[in-house]
Amino acid sequence: MSDIRSEIRNRKLVQFLKSLKSSKMGMIGAVILVFFLLLAVFGPIIYPYDPQVFGSGGEVMNPPSSEHPLGTDDMGRDVLGSLISGARVSLLIGVLATLISMVVGTVLGILAGYYDNKLGALIMRFTDFFLVIPWLPLMLVLAAILGTSVWNIILVIGLTGWAGTTRVVRAQTLSIKERPFIERAVAIGSDGKHIMVKHILPNVFPLVFANTILVSAVAILSETTLSFLGMGDPTRPSWGMMLHYAFESGAASIGAYWFFIPPGLAVVLVVLSFTFLGYAFDEILNPKLKGR
Amino acid sequence: MKRSYVIKKVLQALLTIAAILIFNYFLFRIMPGDPLQSVMRNPKATPEAVERLKALYGLNDPWYLQFWIYIKHLFQGDLGMSFLYKKPVYEVIGTRLLPTILMVGLAEVLAIISGIIMGIMAAVRRGKSVDVASLSFSLITYAMPTFWLGIILVSIFSVSLHLLPTTGLLTPGQTYSSTFAMLADGIRHLILPTLTMSLVLIGEYALLMRNTLIDVLTEDYITTAYAKGFKEDYVIKKHAVPNATLPMITIIAMNLGLVIGGAIQVETIFSWPGIGRLMYDALTARDYPLLQGIFLMITVCVIIANLLADLTYGYLDPRVKQ
Repeated sequence: MSDIRSEIRNRKLVQFLKSLKSSKMGMIGAVILVFFLLLAVFGPIIYPYDPQVFGSGGEVMNPPSSEHPLGTDDMGRDVLGSLISGARVSLLIGVLATLISMVVGTVLGILAGYYDNKLGALIMRFTDFFLVIPWLPLMLVLAAILGTSVWNIILVIGLTGWAGTTRVVRAQTLSIKERPFIERAVAIGSDGKHIMVKHILPNVFPLVFANTILVSAVAILSETTLSFLGMGDPTRPSWGMMLHYAFESGAASIGAYWFFIPPGLAVVLVVLSFTFLGYAFDEILNPKLKGR
Repeated sequence: MKRSYVIKKVLQALLTIAAILIFNYFLFRIMPGDPLQSVMRNPKATPEAVERLKALYGLNDPWYLQFWIYIKHLFQGDLGMSFLYKKPVYEVIGTRLLPTILMVGLAEVLAIISGIIMGIMAAVRRGKSVDVASLSFSLITYAMPTFWLGIILVSIFSVSLHLLPTTGLLTPGQTYSSTFAMLADGIRHLILPTLTMSLVLIGEYALLMRNTLIDVLTEDYITTAYAKGFKEDYVIKKHAVPNATLPMITIIAMNLGLVIGGAIQVETIFSWPGIGRLMYDALTARDYPLLQGIFLMITVCVIIANLLADLTYGYLDPRVKQ
C-alpha cells in the first residue's frame, strides 16, 4: 500500500519536474535561485571575509580594482565579501520567516476550514484583522519594540506574513471536507486530528507549496526594507543592511555605484527568481492559465 | 445597495478599529521595562520621585484602569508627548500630513492613469511585444525594493545628470523672487519622490487591469456586442473597460496600506517631510509615543479606506449581496 503511494508520489514529482523543465520562466527562476543558494552555502568558504574587520583609511569607498572586485564600502570593507556573507543572512532570514508563516498559515487555515463553526469564524476574524493592518508599519513597530537581532527579524516577518496563506488553505479545506473520502474516514471513526493531518494536509499541500514561493519573495523584500530602515542586526549584515550603510554614508550622492548597486541587484534577482517560479507553478497547477 | 450591507460593513470596521486600539495599547506595553524608564533617563532620580511620577502617570493603577485612561485621552486627541520633538504627538503628526497627502495623491493619480492605459494596451495586444514589455516592467518593479529604485533614480537624475534636487521640500537657504519661483522649486523637489512612488504602483495597476480586462473580454455580453456589429475599439472602450475598472477601485483603496509602506521608504530616501519620514525618525530615535501615534493613525486610515472600498463597490456593483 505505502509502496504504491510512494510510487505515485515519485511519478508525480518526475512529471512535475518535467513540466518545470518545459517552462522557460521556471527554468530561469530555478537557475538563479540555485546560484544564490550555492553562493550562500559555499561562498563564505571559498571567499573568506569578516564583516567586523574594517579597512584602513585609504581603503574607504574605493572603486572596483583587482584586489577588491566590487570595490570597498564606507568602512573600507570588501563589497564582494559583504555581498557573499550577506547572501547567507538574507536567504536564511527569508527561508526561516517563510517557514514560520507557512506553518502558522496552514495550521490556522486547516483549523478554520475544518471547524466551520465559532472557532473557524474566530480564526477568520483574527486573519482578516492581520490582513487589514498595513504590513510595513506593523513590522517596523514590532521590530522596534522587540529589538534588533536576526531572530527577532525572522519572528517579525514570519508572524506578520501568514494571513494570506490561511485564507487560501481554508477555502481549499472547505472544499476537500465535502469529498466522499472524508465522509468515509468519519464513518470508520477517525477523529478530527487524524482527518486533518492524514487526509486534508496532503491535499492542501500543493497549494501551500505554491504559496510558499510568493511568501518567500515577500519575506526577502521585507527583510531588505526592514534592515534598510535601521531594524537590521548590525552584527550580521544582510543585503538590506549593506543598503542601509550605503544610504547613511551617502554612497549615491558621491556616485559610489559599486556600493549600492550589487546588494540591490541581488535582491531583485532573488525576488524575480521566486516570481518566475511562481508563474511556472501556476501554469503547471492550473493548465487553463496557459497562454494568458 | 442594501441597508443591512452598509450597517454590517460599518460595524465590522468599528470592531476592527476597537481591536486596533486594544492591540496598539498592549503592543507598547510588552516592551521591556515600563514606560517611565524611557521618560526619565535621569540616573539621579530618587526612588521617591519615581514613585510620585508613577502615581502621576497612573502606573500603579490596575491595567484596566490604565487602559480606560488611555482610551479617554485618545478620544480627547491626546496621544502623549513626543520625546524627540518635545511637543504633543498630534501636533507633530499634524504638520506632516500635507506633504504626504500631496506626494502620495499625485503619485496615485499618475499611476492609476498610466496603469490603466498600459493594462488596456497589454490586454488588447495579448502576447504581443507590448504585452511582454508591460509584463516585464511589472515584474521588475515588483521585485525592486522601493527605496532602492529611489536611490537609483537619485544617482541618475541628480548625481549624474544634475537635473533634479535630491532631498527635502524646498532648497534650504534659498530666497525666492516670487511665489512662482518658490512653487517651481517645490515642484522640482516633488518630481523624483512622486516618480519613484508611481513607478512601483504603475506595474501593479497595469497587471491588474490587464488580467481583469482579459477576463471581461471572454464574457457573453462582449460576444453579443461584436455580434451586433460594433467595431473592436468601440466594444473595448464602451463595454469592456468600464466593467474592468470596477474591481480596480476596490484594489486601489485596499492598496493604501502598501502605498503607505512605500511612502515610508520614499520619504526616507528623499527626506520628504511627511508622515513616512517622521516614522523613520521616530524609529531611529525610539520615540515610542510618536511611533504609537503614527501607527494608530495609519492603521485607522487604512481601515477607513477599506470600508469606503467595500461601500463603493457595493454601490457600483448591484450584484454584491453580502
